[in-house]
Amino acid sequence: MTIRINGTDYDPPEDARVSLLDLLRDRLQLTGTKVGCNQGACGACTVLIDGRRVLSCLTLAAQADGRKVTTIEGLGADGLHPLQAAFLEHDGLQCGYCTPGQICAAAAMLVEAEAGMPSYVTADLTAPVTLSRDEVRERMSGNLCRCGAHNGIVDAILSVAQERAA
Amino acid sequence: MTPVTYLRADSSAAAIALGAADGHRLLGGGTNLIDLMRKGVEQPAVLVDVSGLAAPITEAADGSLVIGAAARNSDVAAHPLVRARYPMLARAILAGASAQIRNMATVGGNLMQRTRCVYFADAAGSRCNKRVPGSGCDALGGFTRYHAILGASPACIATHPSDMAVALVALDARLHLAGADGVRSVALANFHQLPGDSPEVETMLAPGEMILAVELPPVQPMRSTYRKVRDRASYAFALVSVAAGIVVEDGRIADVRIAVGGVAAKPWRAARAEASLRDGPASVEAFVQAAQAELAQADPLPGNAFKVQLAERTLVAVLTDLAGGDA
Ligand SMILES: Cc1cc2nc3c(=O)[nH]c(=O)nc-3n(C[C@H](O)[C@H](O)[C@H](O)COP(=O)(O)OP(=O)(O)OC[C@H]3O[C@@H](n4cnc5c(N)ncnc54)[C@H](O)[C@@H]3O)c2cc1C
Ligand code: SF4
Ligand code: FES
Ligand code: FES
Repeated sequence: MTIRINGTDYDPPEDARVSLLDLLRDRLQLTGTKVGCNQGACGACTVLIDGRRVLSCLTLAAQADGRKVTTIEGLGADGLHPLQAAFLEHDGLQCGYCTPGQICAAAAMLVEAEAGMPSYVTADLTAPVTLSRDEVRERMSGNLCRCGAHNGIVDAILSVAQERAA
Repeated sequence: MTPVTYLRADSSAAAIALGAADGHRLLGGGTNLIDLMRKGVEQPAVLVDVSGLAAPITEAADGSLVIGAAARNSDVAAHPLVRARYPMLARAILAGASAQIRNMATVGGNLMQRTRCVYFADAAGSRCNKRVPGSGCDALGGFTRYHAILGASPACIATHPSDMAVALVALDARLHLAGADGVRSVALANFHQLPGDSPEVETMLAPGEMILAVELPPVQPMRSTYRKVRDRASYAFALVSVAAGIVVEDGRIADVRIAVGGVAAKPWRAARAEASLRDGPASVEAFVQAAQAELAQADPLPGNAFKVQLAERTLVAVLTDLAGGDA
């Protein structure tokens, strides 16, 4: 089988220990995906597998075999993704290190919310989701930002959520 | 990480056969196992990936809900029947980890995840009876904020980190365990073991067995919730958590179920608190008494003694909220 990354097929590595993160960065030079903690605690390595957000540092490349991986390079392939544009517009970054992970996570988060998936802070678990600031903060809590750009990040995501709802 | 071979199981029968061999380990989402392999705590020779096995969530004829072990945590929390009938379970799952990790984590892996005791994870530098039986416990006299106040032993004071398991135990969940000899059904309440003299034994899963499914018996409609107290508002393990459900009829408690997380090596069913409340008044005084009855068994350390009062107050706050105007 092969791993389809941003539309191109790659063979999984021979060594089963190679994480999806290391495959992307070290072997395919797709360095948009960042390595922070390498232990699941920061979200910098977030990518999409079959459209769902996951951590590439805790995913073996072998686990992605036969599946579709989308990284920040894939999201931005046809010019700036609306979330990338919104992060620029709303100052959703300072150093930019957490940004690819934030944007991949946000892209999947908007789809989750539109599908009605609740979060820990959703009052009524069975009602349609309204994305408040608190909802966005909780749903994005898996992505840390050392620079503290969170207010801009929340603004950027809310602006895209509103555009999509309109 | 030591070299490892990766295999995918295409059926649970294949997973049982492959997983039973020496040095072979089942792999769910990998969010715990891959991390511990990288830290040198776990060193399997072969990984048998069970995360792709069919994992339906189905309602049985008697109204119970059966959840396949490979179901992702996020899919369980989002399932319409879980949200409508077992809100404390949906909330407990949503209180755990992050959205990314919940998308990866399986139900089986969540129940089998190892403790987050930092000395357990420090294979190079710390002594740990769970990792190396008989070697000692560096948590004693160390950093114990996240350690147990109930059911611990001089050999080990670790807690079980799962949020989901706390709600499941309050809901009387059962596990279907499958091995070479067939399938048995056990109460989740009996599944995780207190440390005693052998903290390396964490569950009643026999060698070569796997978790096939979780079964939730039907519950009568009740107000229920999950509340997690932690060092930051999200994406942090519990200091203390409470899963609770209550039925109040004419000011009296007709049914109540309570479990506490972050306090023991297993999700802690608060049987004494439940007994103290059942058929009694739904009042704040009764809630305080019940919480104190449960925590009277606590045996904390200086570094986590605050958790006794924290657990008491969280229990009272959750029960008072649930009783609402009836309290
Ligand atoms: C940064 C971080 C924060 C976290 N925060 C929380 C939190 O707040 N609350 C919380 O509850 N959890 C938290 N977690 C833990 C997370 O929930 C677990 O890592 C996850 O549930 C494990 O599931 P998995 O499928 O990835 O298991 P894996 O890592 O794949 O496996 C874990 C264990 O389960 C065994 N196993 C897997 N499937 C089966 C099966 N079917 N039968 C028998 N054994 C099996 C494996 O052999 C292994 O020993 C956090 C994790 C991280 C990395
Ligand atoms: S508390 Fe348990 S897991 Fe932690 S170091 Fe001691 S023996 Fe090991
Ligand atoms: S690098 Fe993967 S979560 Fe930090
Ligand atoms: S912008 Fe620097 S870490 Fe987020």
